Amino acid sequence: MKKKLMNMSDTNLLLTITIVVFVVMYLCAIIFEGKGFLKPQTFFNILNANAALIILSCGLSLVMITGSIDISVGGITALVSMCCAVYLDYHGGSVFGSVMIALGIGLAFGLFQGLLIAYLDIQPFIVTLAGMFFARGMTTIVHTNPFNVENEAFVALKETRIIVPGMGSYNKNGTYVNAYVEIGVIVALLVVAIMFVLLRKTRQGRAFYAVGGNGQSALMLGINVKRTKFIAHLICGILAGIGGYVYFLHVGSGAASHASGAEMNAIASSIIGGTMLTGGVGNIIGTLFGVLSLSTIQNIVSSAGLDQAWWTGITIAAMLCLFLVIQSVVMARKKKMTKK
Amino acid sequence: MKTGNIFQKIFRRQIMIPLAAFLLLAIFNLVADPSFYKITLGYNSAGNPVLSGYLITILDYGSELAILAIGMTLVTAASGGQDISVGAAIAISGSMLLRCLCGADTRSENLNMPIICAFLISMVVAGLFGAFNGVLVAYFKIQPMVATLILFTAGRSIAAWINNNELPIVNDQSFAIYGGFIPGIPIPMPFFIAVIVMIITWLILKFTNLGLYVQSVGINEKSSRLNGLNPELLKVLTFVLLGVCVSVAALIKTSRLMTINYSVIAKDIEMDAILAVALGGNALSGGKFNIPASILGAYVIQFLTTTLYKFNVSSDALSAYKAVVVILLVVFSSESVRGWIGGLFKKSVAVKAGKEAKS
Repeated sequence: MKKKLMNMSDTNLLLTITIVVFVVMYLCAIIFEGKGFLKPQTFFNILNANAALIILSCGLSLVMITGSIDISVGGITALVSMCCAVYLDYHGGSVFGSVMIALGIGLAFGLFQGLLIAYLDIQPFIVTLAGMFFARGMTTIVHTNPFNVENEAFVALKETRIIVPGMGSYNKNGTYVNAYVEIGVIVALLVVAIMFVLLRKTRQGRAFYAVGGNGQSALMLGINVKRTKFIAHLICGILAGIGGYVYFLHVGSGAASHASGAEMNAIASSIIGGTMLTGGVGNIIGTLFGVLSLSTIQNIVSSAGLDQAWWTGITIAAMLCLFLVIQSVVMARKKKMTKK
Repeated sequence: MKTGNIFQKIFRRQIMIPLAAFLLLAIFNLVADPSFYKITLGYNSAGNPVLSGYLITILDYGSELAILAIGMTLVTAASGGQDISVGAAIAISGSMLLRCLCGADTRSENLNMPIICAFLISMVVAGLFGAFNGVLVAYFKIQPMVATLILFTAGRSIAAWINNNELPIVNDQSFAIYGGFIPGIPIPMPFFIAVIVMIITWLILKFTNLGLYVQSVGINEKSSRLNGLNPELLKVLTFVLLGVCVSVAALIKTSRLMTINYSVIAKDIEMDAILAVALGGNALSGGKFNIPASILGAYVIQFLTTTLYKFNVSSDALSAYKAVVVILLVVFSSESVRGWIGGLFKKSVAVKAGKEAKS
């Protein structure tokens, strides 16, 4: 057993832990919370509600693999949904235009933060903390009050359901109800696939791991460390823009309080998914499972009757704490074993 | 030539950074609207003389920030990261304080226990949460900002949980002193509390080796361990000290309102506290620190906030402006930009010298 543990790479070890945790948690949910969790639609609802979080977490995992961090994604999400909402409803904009706005905002944040972090060597936490406060502040400057978008083309897009064949179930009246996912889920899965290929199969992808694992030796290998960091933040910014639009597509409104704490959830998902904060270790598939674990636990908490808002916050924090400690302990033990 | 040296010496002092920012803001306000500096002596509802005006507001609200900045400076110096959970910790500590004062009955007329006892309990609680952060940082080697992110998320929930999500109200007027005025003295009480905390900090740093040890841990953890220090314990200690500072700030904050609002109390204060440390010219990556500069930095931040409020910036939009200030600050204090500016300066000096030599 110990030998097997030794032979596994850090990434695979943490990924295994994550998947086991998710499966155990879902089984617990089925056993304790009844048949609701057996329906495929319950699972799809988790996906529907968390498509944006999956995209944000992918960006965050990338940045964390590179050894940096970004806590502005939640703020960017709020800013994107507010700007798009204002554009669609008050300026009679088109859906295509709003997508461009979302991408533009994400790109701008990614560019600026990447420049400051990679080329001016400023602590990423400070830069993105400022980015988060800037985005939140700008959201209220753009528009103060929350409102629902009534643009017809947008609402039609929002209501689009993609039916998953063969996964439906019979409701109480005995009629067959098709299982469905929203467009956001397709986008999220696409992002996961692209990021997976990018990180696994391309030269640039391996560079992210190298820089995060050890910047000094990456430099010795001839990798452009600064540019790699810059690209990581750029991609994270763009993904935050896309994630923001998917979030907007899910809720269909603009509000300054949107996605509050999303950065926290994204970081938590990445960590639960086996991405190491110290950089160099992580896996996009793990991140996907991280998001699923996190939202499953939220579902369990709320269906167990602990509806009060504070329970969700406390459980997420407790889970994050647990996984951080597990990571730290696992890594310390591995180090000791390698030394022997 | 000699004067140049003296000037250089003065400009190299760390406290010059917040002082320069302070002067810049002061001049800006003087030009924009001199009535900013008006201070009037009035009487509050209890008939006591009180001073009022923008400057007094700065002195009043800047004090709790200054108290936090002291703790934050120590944490920054020892661990090379910042605690972003101070706002949530204030909510917890304040909630505990009110819970102790009001007991189970949230509308009780009388205090459940003396204020000092309740304060000490809340201080212990805040210290314990500080120790929790510190243990995660020191023993589990988690980056400070990520470790404190846990409390940042859970803190306000825990605060609400302590009081069963009810909002206790203190009716005893003796509790209002800490965030208001002592009868007969027209200067706000938080300022005096801040001064007391400053004096205690000064005494600690003067008569113990804490300052030196914290600096050496921040500069090089390994070599300070080889020199017989215990870096882990020192890091935890700085987080506990920050917890104590947090409980004092929570006392002032809750005393102002006589109640608590879990989701709003001390919102975004972590940003201000970090900003104060940065503005004080302390390296955010740890090592050397200068507490007076941080304290001055805290008052300058409050100066900025008050100025923005005066120009009718809404409290929600405030963070956008502050974020711009942070970015400018970190950009100008980053090494590469400094080197670049220094290079420009040297070039112009060299050009001048060359011209002089030619003539």
